Amino acid sequence: MMEIMEGSHAVAEIVKYCRPQVIAAYPITPQTHIVEALAQMVANCEIDAEYITVESEFSALSACLGASAAGSRVYSATTSQGLALMFEVCFNVAGMRQPVVMSIANRSLGAPLSIWNDQQDSISLRDSGWIQLYAEDNQEAADLHLIAYRVCEDHSVLLPAFVCFDGFILSHTYEPVDMPTQEEVDGYLPPFVPYQRLDAKDPLSMGMYATPEYYMEFRYEIDRAMQRAKQVLVRAGTEFSEQFGRDYTGLVEGYRLDGADTALVAMGSICGTVKDAVDEMRDAGKKVGLLKIRTFRPFPAPEIADALRDVGTVAVLDKNISLGNSGAVGTEVKAALYGSGIRVLDYIIGLGGRDVRKEDIAKIVDLAEKGEGDMFYGLRTEVL
Amino acid sequence: MPLQVGCAARPGKARENKTGAWRVFRPVVEREVCTKCGMCALVCPEGCVEETEDETYVVDLDYCKGCGICAEVCPKKAIRMEREEK
Repeated sequence: MMEIMEGSHAVAEIVKYCRPQVIAAYPITPQTHIVEALAQMVANCEIDAEYITVESEFSALSACLGASAAGSRVYSATTSQGLALMFEVCFNVAGMRQPVVMSIANRSLGAPLSIWNDQQDSISLRDSGWIQLYAEDNQEAADLHLIAYRVCEDHSVLLPAFVCFDGFILSHTYEPVDMPTQEEVDGYLPPFVPYQRLDAKDPLSMGMYATPEYYMEFRYEIDRAMQRAKQVLVRAGTEFSEQFGRDYTGLVEGYRLDGADTALVAMGSICGTVKDAVDEMRDAGKKVGLLKIRTFRPFPAPEIADALRDVGTVAVLDKNISLGNSGAVGTEVKAALYGSGIRVLDYIIGLGGRDVRKEDIAKIVDLAEKGEGDMFYGLRTEVL
Repeated sequence: MPLQVGCAARPGKARENKTGAWRVFRPVVEREVCTKCGMCALVCPEGCVEETEDETYVVDLDYCKGCGICAEVCPKKAIRMEREEK
């Protein structure tokens, strides 16, 4: 049913329909509304879940890890400093191969303290073994949770996932969302079947130590599971499209790329702005398109190379900065297109909530076509 | 040993994992000097010094980490630590 929903509440609602058995989270802006809503649902007996109140994000994810290992479908949500505090547990969840799904209401990292949006938090955990999905709007933010549980719990994957959606820009914004019913979700997402679980009657330890003779092979296995996740994502996305009519068949999504000379590459809510900007530039006769990266981990390098094979210039929009190098997405897109002869330029934009408008997108396209890039875009040089 | 998903292990696996590979120095017992007092077996943190049927003491090198506590406490200095040749 179509409803006007705040992004956070759309996420909370869809998580309810995913029937998590254990929820543990610690409130942090701009994620708070999600767990606030879920706590209310648990208190109202709308979900048959254990809601574990914890004293920190480290404890929140640790509780989820334990509950998942014991065989429960679990859920958490966080952002920014909270995710940073979970760093150690994130690697453990992936290494123990627990299919934890966690929403990230993307926010910048301090210092300086900022509660506003960019994607530095989740990007900084790109090597942790979590699948990373980025939503463009509230509908996609909700839908990707269903897909995430399906993929993570698949026994050929068994990895955790971040479902990332931009803090405030989506989390606090009301948009129409087509919310499925419980029956529809049940038809798509079967109950969690653990691959193995903690059981006092049949003892098992997880995440045991590995000597140098074994450690590399464990890391290799996680990487292979991540690679297998690509196919499972495509399959889960295709089935989602068939059942709900919204297309998630691709790890990336092209928008007006046919005949494009210049392509923008972006992730998250900025894609909506870019699509409008592309429409205006196309109306003005400029051959511009967008490639939206929905799945950042596993990184869809061949899919990106294929989608961009006919363009001459690529402008990557990065809402993050790997300090001392450049944006993470730009670096990886350059690697994906290595040897193709396509010019790839990176633009650091929108850090710490800096607004990015349609005219900025048009200016970035102009810069890219002049070959000017690999830069922070929109710096206020007067304060430097 | 094949890998288990999530590095999971059933109880007792520590015995199957030979952990002696960490060792840099190995204890060597000189039997003619040893008075069979058993101090080495008593203090071994790994519990891998065992009394044999003829009441001498042997070190299970599959698990000995080479910490040298046995050599340190031996009242007769009957145990010396020799560098492992890798």
